[in-house]
Amino acid sequence: MRRQVLLGVAGVVALGLAWEGYKLLAPDDGVVVGELTVLPRTTDLAMPHLWDMAARALEPVNSATDALPLWVAVLVAAAFTLGVAAVGWVVGVVVGLATATVMQRFRTAESALLPWVVLSQTVPLIALAPLVRRWGSQLEIGAFDWQDWMSVAVIAAYLAFFPVSIGALRGLSSPDAVHLDLMRSYGVGWWRTYRSLRLPATVPHLIPALRLAAANAVIGTVVAEVSIGLRGGIGRMIVEFGASASADPAKQWSPIFGAVLVGLVAAGVCVLIARALARYRVSEVS
Amino acid sequence: MNTPAPTRPTAPSAGPADAPAATGTEAHAAPAVEVRGVTRRFSSRSGEVVALSDVDLTVRAGEFVSLIGPSGCGKSTLLRLIADLDEPTAGELAVFGRPPRVARQNHDFGIAFQQAGLLPWRSVRTNVELPLELHGAGRAARRARATELLEMVGLADFAQHLPHQLSGGMQQRVAIARALAERPSLLLMDEPFGALDEMTREHVQTELLRLRAETGAAVVFVTHSIPEAVYLSDRVVVMSARPGQVREVVPVGLGAARDRSDDVREDDAFFDRVRAVREALHGTDGTTPRGVDRR
Amino acid sequence: MTRSATTTWRRVEVVLAPVLLGLLALAAWEAAVVVLELRPFVVPSPSAIGAELTGNVGIIATAALSTALNAWWGLVIGVVGALVAAAVSAAVRTLDEMSAPLAAAAAVVPIVALAPVLYTMFGANVQTARVAIAAIVSFVPVYVNTLRGLRTVAPVHRDLLRAYAATRRQATLTVTLPGALPFFFSGLRVATSLAVISALVAEYFGGPVDGLGKAITSAVSSSNYPLAWAYVVGAVVVGLLFFCGSSGLERAVLHRRSGR
Repeated sequence: MRRQVLLGVAGVVALGLAWEGYKLLAPDDGVVVGELTVLPRTTDLAMPHLWDMAARALEPVNSATDALPLWVAVLVAAAFTLGVAAVGWVVGVVVGLATATVMQRFRTAESALLPWVVLSQTVPLIALAPLVRRWGSQLEIGAFDWQDWMSVAVIAAYLAFFPVSIGALRGLSSPDAVHLDLMRSYGVGWWRTYRSLRLPATVPHLIPALRLAAANAVIGTVVAEVSIGLRGGIGRMIVEFGASASADPAKQWSPIFGAVLVGLVAAGVCVLIARALARYRVSEVS
Repeated sequence: MNTPAPTRPTAPSAGPADAPAATGTEAHAAPAVEVRGVTRRFSSRSGEVVALSDVDLTVRAGEFVSLIGPSGCGKSTLLRLIADLDEPTAGELAVFGRPPRVARQNHDFGIAFQQAGLLPWRSVRTNVELPLELHGAGRAARRARATELLEMVGLADFAQHLPHQLSGGMQQRVAIARALAERPSLLLMDEPFGALDEMTREHVQTELLRLRAETGAAVVFVTHSIPEAVYLSDRVVVMSARPGQVREVVPVGLGAARDRSDDVREDDAFFDRVRAVREALHGTDGTTPRGVDRR
Repeated sequence: MTRSATTTWRRVEVVLAPVLLGLLALAAWEAAVVVLELRPFVVPSPSAIGAELTGNVGIIATAALSTALNAWWGLVIGVVGALVAAAVSAAVRTLDEMSAPLAAAAAVVPIVALAPVLYTMFGANVQTARVAIAAIVSFVPVYVNTLRGLRTVAPVHRDLLRAYAATRRQATLTVTLPGALPFFFSGLRVATSLAVISALVAEYFGGPVDGLGKAITSAVSSSNYPLAWAYVVGAVVVGLLFFCGSSGLERAVLHRRSGR
């Protein structure tokens, strides 16, 4: 265990050393073959020193007098993104579970829906993100005002939905015939069978699906923030700071680390969920 | 690891005629297996486990010896030591008078496990050819030998099938064919029939006896089953657990392997030997060993 | 109904049900747009998308090709790199353990966020940064899965090869590599769809103006929503082609090997 942690830290350190080592040794213009830059440029503009990134994170965001330190601003943005991703994730998981239940209950529904669900996992549905851009400013459903962050959450939910529905369907259909026969011999109905047998049996299949859904939701949120132009989140911050990178190259790295943080926190939450459900996870199927 | 030249191990001319009877007659040849004062300790988190303690055993060339005992008596460990899949903490082993490592590199023995262990992506035929292929036999020779072996185990029609298309018993027969591929003069078998149902099991047992009579190989056979041990063996080595030791060696003497048929199973002599092994197993201390079934 | 009639019906249902559902959904979508008078920025009607699609096949195909090429080269570089890295890590345990947390993190982190810095590192007017994104993204699942495959050797097979005194090379060729193939392919399947997605998404973060992602955003900013949706259809087609390619390869290899 200790060895694992030490080696893991060593791996991260090695990555940092590789960064600085490459920056030190490679030419400023990178390695150019013909017209093509095959290895990156190493100027301070393209590859700032790690310590510059760290130093920049401690400075204020901008020259305004009340500006927050950059790292605080990044944490705020990360929390915002994480919140939107979480909403999307929850919606996606609920809808995914419901779809799986319907598919398990009605065989015709399964044969009608499943091919589409499988198919849509293989195509870049994230391309849809810019298309909901104007929902925020112009969509009104009765008294309900559609907010921009909801568009982002919809994209996140959409991407989280697919792995959950497939994983849950596999799980719901996983109980052995002997257990189903047992339930039938007790004379209990579909709903009780669902609650006391099928749902618990879903857990081992659901855990990896939830993890995948969380990763998808985070990616979807970051990308949708960029393409919808939602302010306040980490995605928008990356693009904004990237645009001013020529003047302040180290600055854009803070939100990138923020995005990494969001992904890790989301995965960490999934680990906690898995712990809580450990009782049902005799063997995990990945 | 170096690859020794692909010489065929010196099988006793595969002579079926002199398939040995219960008592050995070959005093001159080196014994197939010799185990002297072997101890094997495993260290685990909860302390040391003595799997084998000061075990002595000799298996003569051409002799069929079964190792039987409760779970944890070290019978599989002993087999793994003979096969050089593991090394003893103390003591010495010899296979045909040579250290197990040398014997392994000379391909002196064939081996079969409880799982058939066939490579799932290879056909039945190429699975049987595997040891020949590893030791550099030519394509035509491999092919011929595999055909011969598959006929021997009655699976000639399944040569092109994949392992998962075969039943457990058939897979195990393929594994035995593979173990016999290089005409080894020693077969090491670790509960090869443990996962089979009773009917299949009796069938493959009889088949193993026939194959063994044809090849004249010595066999070390690990099993849980008393009738199986008695039916197949010239001698049954009864082991006890914690620490693993040889408790008793029961001679069987039901006649030459080639003459043994299913009728033997209903013979009084058979039942008598089964009783002898059972009494040896249950021992004088009155405890019932676990993990021994009476199939 | 007799049993065989039931199975026949079941077979028909498996094909018919999804097709019917697809047609129904399209019809409902069309009807909703017409009846509720939805404006195109909410969703355009399928017929409008279809019209844009047929009217602009040429430019859509050009944009799709540009994105597909980035995804393709990224995939190739990522997969080759991952295979080499997995082979090295399988041989050197320490490297495996050092890379494990990085690989785990890379699987949950939005790697596309690197796009802006990669544009500065490789130049914003060439496709290299997009290829690099696709390569990094497809590296991860192939590396993780292949390494797991190389490490997963059934104990009985290991014993068997040792008992037969197989050399390390023989053991690798007869057991380790064939055993790792299915793992590699499941990694490849993930990598393929990720490569397309990330090549496309990288375009949202900047860079040169060709490609499906750029086309979608520019169609949206000129409020031509049906055209934007038509580009999305193009993206779906690219995704499907990549998927068919990798699963076709998987099938061909795994089938041929078992057919020997």
